[in-house]
Amino acid sequence: MELQFFIELVTNGVLTGLMYALVAVGFVLIYKSTDAINFAQGEFCMFAAIIVAGFMNLYGFPLWAAIAVGLLFMLVFNWGLERVVLRPMIGRPVVAIIMATIGLALIFRGLGPLVFGAETQPIPLPIPDQPIIWGPFFVSPIDLLGGSISIAFMAVFGWFFMKSRKGVAMRAVADSHQVSMAMGINVERYFVLAWMLAGFVALLGGLVWGSAIGVDTQLAQLGLKVFPVVILGGLDSIVGVIVGGIIVGVIEALSAGYVDPYVGGGTKDFTPYVLMIIVLMIRPYGIFGKPTIERI
Amino acid sequence: MSDTAGSGGSVKLKIRGAAKNFGGVRAVANVTADIQEGEVFAIIGPNGAGKTTMLNMISGFYHPDEGNILFEDHDISNVGPSKIAALGIARTFQNIALFRGMTVLENMMLGRHVLMKTGVLASFVYWGPAQREEVRHRERVEEIIDFLNLTDLRKAPAGALAYGLQKRVELGRALAAEPRLLLLDEPMAGMNQEEKEDMVRYVLDVNQEWGTTIALIEHDMGVVMDISDHVMVMDMGEKISQGTPDEVRADPKVIEAYLGSTDHKEVA
Repeated sequence: MELQFFIELVTNGVLTGLMYALVAVGFVLIYKSTDAINFAQGEFCMFAAIIVAGFMNLYGFPLWAAIAVGLLFMLVFNWGLERVVLRPMIGRPVVAIIMATIGLALIFRGLGPLVFGAETQPIPLPIPDQPIIWGPFFVSPIDLLGGSISIAFMAVFGWFFMKSRKGVAMRAVADSHQVSMAMGINVERYFVLAWMLAGFVALLGGLVWGSAIGVDTQLAQLGLKVFPVVILGGLDSIVGVIVGGIIVGVIEALSAGYVDPYVGGGTKDFTPYVLMIIVLMIRPYGIFGKPTIERI
Repeated sequence: MSDTAGSGGSVKLKIRGAAKNFGGVRAVANVTADIQEGEVFAIIGPNGAGKTTMLNMISGFYHPDEGNILFEDHDISNVGPSKIAALGIARTFQNIALFRGMTVLENMMLGRHVLMKTGVLASFVYWGPAQREEVRHRERVEEIIDFLNLTDLRKAPAGALAYGLQKRVELGRALAAEPRLLLLDEPMAGMNQEEKEDMVRYVLDVNQEWGTTIALIEHDMGVVMDISDHVMVMDMGEKISQGTPDEVRADPKVIEAYLGSTDHKEVA
């Protein structure tokens, strides 16, 4: 019974963690290729979800059409964002870009409810609500779907990144802008590609999280989970993001299962950050990160 | 006006009064020079002479504040680095600038980026034209790997190789672009004697067998005098001498610039 409870917590934690990884991978993508820290990735997810939910609930669009609208918006918006706002900032201090993304995040938080209303909206997916019962275990279908979408995306994206020519060029850009330029790589074009991919993955994240917990501005809080995920898993690889996501998901589930009953709940909201700070104190470069020695 | 003797071959690169300032510092001042088609052209000079700034201007990382640079009679003074690479100028860097996490093969395939044409969506599709193109490029890269005797290390991560080998991979990556002008920033710096001899042989082979025009910065005077057709000497941002190795060696201005450092072979 004890073991069964533990396994159930871990299973749910893993699935939730995979869904966190879906949010974090958008952040990592931007950080790696453009050196920008995007504080608006959670808001990207939220806004994409608001669009999908809004078009479904307010305008009666079918799911696929609402997703198409959301995707189109995210791609066009992020393309424009890179071209208009961020490109002139290339070469400026990173802080400038961070401030710009924080501003963007707040605009998104204000704009979403303004356009589509502030009440929590559902994204009804054609999947059952009832938990799947598998022997003694319960799994929620939306978590299962979310985890599967995450794994599928990571697999396709991983292939693209590791094997395809554009992916390899993108890794080159992430490694060094200067050397990439010397290879004839149009670095700016890859910045645009990175932002558009981040928009696409934000739509996926918004979709699974929106249908799991409902769509409102609270969804943007997801963005803050990116930091423990990235610190615990590392920025270097897709595997790192998945591992980080799973660690965060499992920690949350365990603290909700074992600690909450004694303190009245709410611990899962901060335990990942406690772990993050402990890791930063012991290994400032992350659990899987390598210490870099810089020549001075 | 041309101050290079011998007007037989065509001029690959013309530098016309190029100047570059950083704040109040004059890094390069009014340099005029010609690099002839098919030659090995060396730029030498004491530290801080402006050699690397010169190379960065040719490869588009800096744009000259004054003057022009013409590649095959194209004015490239204000062209960016990625476009210049596409025009046919490849370079290596003073400090090794390989993509360390990638294999030797991946590094070299990236060198061919300028020659590849498939778009983003097509690159998701591994068959059809994309695959044929891939195979063709791969063959050429394998030839270069073979030429540089790196066959056993094709799949090794570049960052894990010994220093001299990394330098060689970087040369290979530049060669993979099939450049018509190859810029080498201290290709032999920090190498032991054996590695230097290897590198000299590769540079000469590239120049002689493929006819690639090469411009290089190098501190090892022995090497420079051995392999160069023409040498330009810079000091304090200015060109103080140019000519064949023998002419330059006999130039009193050159001797003066190097006075004080009795040993010409600086240790990098």
